[in-house]
Amino acid sequence: MTRETKFRWIIKPAVFIACMGPLAWVIWRAVSGDIGANPVETVNRFLGDWALRFLLLALAVTPLVHLMKTPTLMRFRRMLGLFAFFYAFLHIANYVIADQSFNWADIWVDIIKRKFITVGMATFLILTPLALTSTKGMIKRLGGKRWRKLHRIVYLAGIGAVLHYAMMVKADLLQPLVYATILFVLLGDRVRRRLSSSSSAG
Amino acid sequence: MQIRYRKESDPKSSEITPKSVFLERRRFLASAVASGLIPALGPFALANEARAALTGRALPNVAKTPFGADLTPTSSDYVTSYNNFYEFGTGKEDPAVLARSFEPKPWSVVIDGEVGKPGTYDFEDLVSPHQLQERIYRFRCVEAWSMVVPWVGIPLADMIKRMEPTSKAKYVAFETLNDPSRMPGQARRVLDWPYVEGLRMDEAMNPLTLMAVGLYGEELPNQNGAPLRLVVPWKYGFKSIKSIVRISLVEKMPPTTWSSSGPSEYGFYANVNPEVTHPRWSQAKERVLGSGYFDSKIDTLKFNGYEQEVAELYAGMDLAKFY
Repeated sequence: MTRETKFRWIIKPAVFIACMGPLAWVIWRAVSGDIGANPVETVNRFLGDWALRFLLLALAVTPLVHLMKTPTLMRFRRMLGLFAFFYAFLHIANYVIADQSFNWADIWVDIIKRKFITVGMATFLILTPLALTSTKGMIKRLGGKRWRKLHRIVYLAGIGAVLHYAMMVKADLLQPLVYATILFVLLGDRVRRRLSSSSSAG
Repeated sequence: MQIRYRKESDPKSSEITPKSVFLERRRFLASAVASGLIPALGPFALANEARAALTGRALPNVAKTPFGADLTPTSSDYVTSYNNFYEFGTGKEDPAVLARSFEPKPWSVVIDGEVGKPGTYDFEDLVSPHQLQERIYRFRCVEAWSMVVPWVGIPLADMIKRMEPTSKAKYVAFETLNDPSRMPGQARRVLDWPYVEGLRMDEAMNPLTLMAVGLYGEELPNQNGAPLRLVVPWKYGFKSIKSIVRISLVEKMPPTTWSSSGPSEYGFYANVNPEVTHPRWSQAKERVLGSGYFDSKIDTLKFNGYEQEVAELYAGMDLAKFY
């Protein structure tokens, strides 16, 4: 088996299945009726957590490629980003369907009045065009340069996602701060690289 | 002589987790949560550990009352496994695990301030002069979920009257135990420990206000605020302070923990009110614990359905201002 076949038919599917793990887990717990006193809240937190984790994983790819000099890793970036979008979508679907029972008027009030929901929805709005333009065809149609420019708004989505979490929490900010620190390192790495490359060029 | 028969279904002695291992695991969890490594255990991570239960210690001689005769209590599994009790961790499932080794007895309560009989009272001296009553109350959390709890307790008014409040007593201040060695969640300053709460004198003396020592006919589980907690059914749950070690009758409005933590979000009164919205949660509706995943929320009632009993306490007050 060549390296390429192994990658395409074993490693990539294995990563894909691993990424489905959290969803399978939560469905299994729900089906077995073992999901706590407040299933809607539990599912909501769970899906939100994983959307944020996948987003940070996707943002970690480029710095890791630089750090470990493993360009192959780059081939997981799109998948991780799409899983971030996927879990964010489920997170919102759970909110709309189970939490709000499709009460659009209430949902609208939530988006307008509750700042953490405003920020969360804005973050999802940022992620949507990125997911839609993630195909090879779209990259071609946009052109690599414009595509890269557009996809830089993912940094904003990372900030939005962490902010959404921090604003949602009542008093214990430790967990959001852990994510914020990771995000800071991941974005900081890009800033540092940019600064050093422009100074060496100039 | 006692002869033990082994049933086939009994675990073999080798299958029983040694107590030392069990305790070690619990200590590890406690320190992990205390350090913030696992701020929220979550219903998944430790589902089996978190299986909460009642204490199994039935309270004798509990008088039935008509309070809540028309309500269906929430499953005790939920009441004992879904708790906001930050002294034992900030996740809902944390207290059921981390409070397990908490020893609520012996317990004493300091009563001071504007009272004729100040002093340190043993739990028994405080409670035993009174007839225990069961009262089934709606319990509404500010986070827009609710449950129905069959509490066992005594009216706070009866307890306070025995302490002979002076004419200067305008408010009652309550304080939770502050002991990080017994309450691992206090290792981190998530809130300004000790947790404090307060009521206006007329609220404290209202017949609905209960000093609870049990639920479901049994002694209070640790995660529900053993051995002594307040229950104010027309107010958001955070007013119902747990594991009380001090009750002070005071002249001025006392500070309260959540309103100090977030003054724009939580007020002193914290009356359940669907018309007064909160920056984080619409208070118009609530999710009933135990309802199914696809069940809708229900409408929240003004004063949590106790309008008749308490509305006059707030006559002429702007409830949007005094939230």
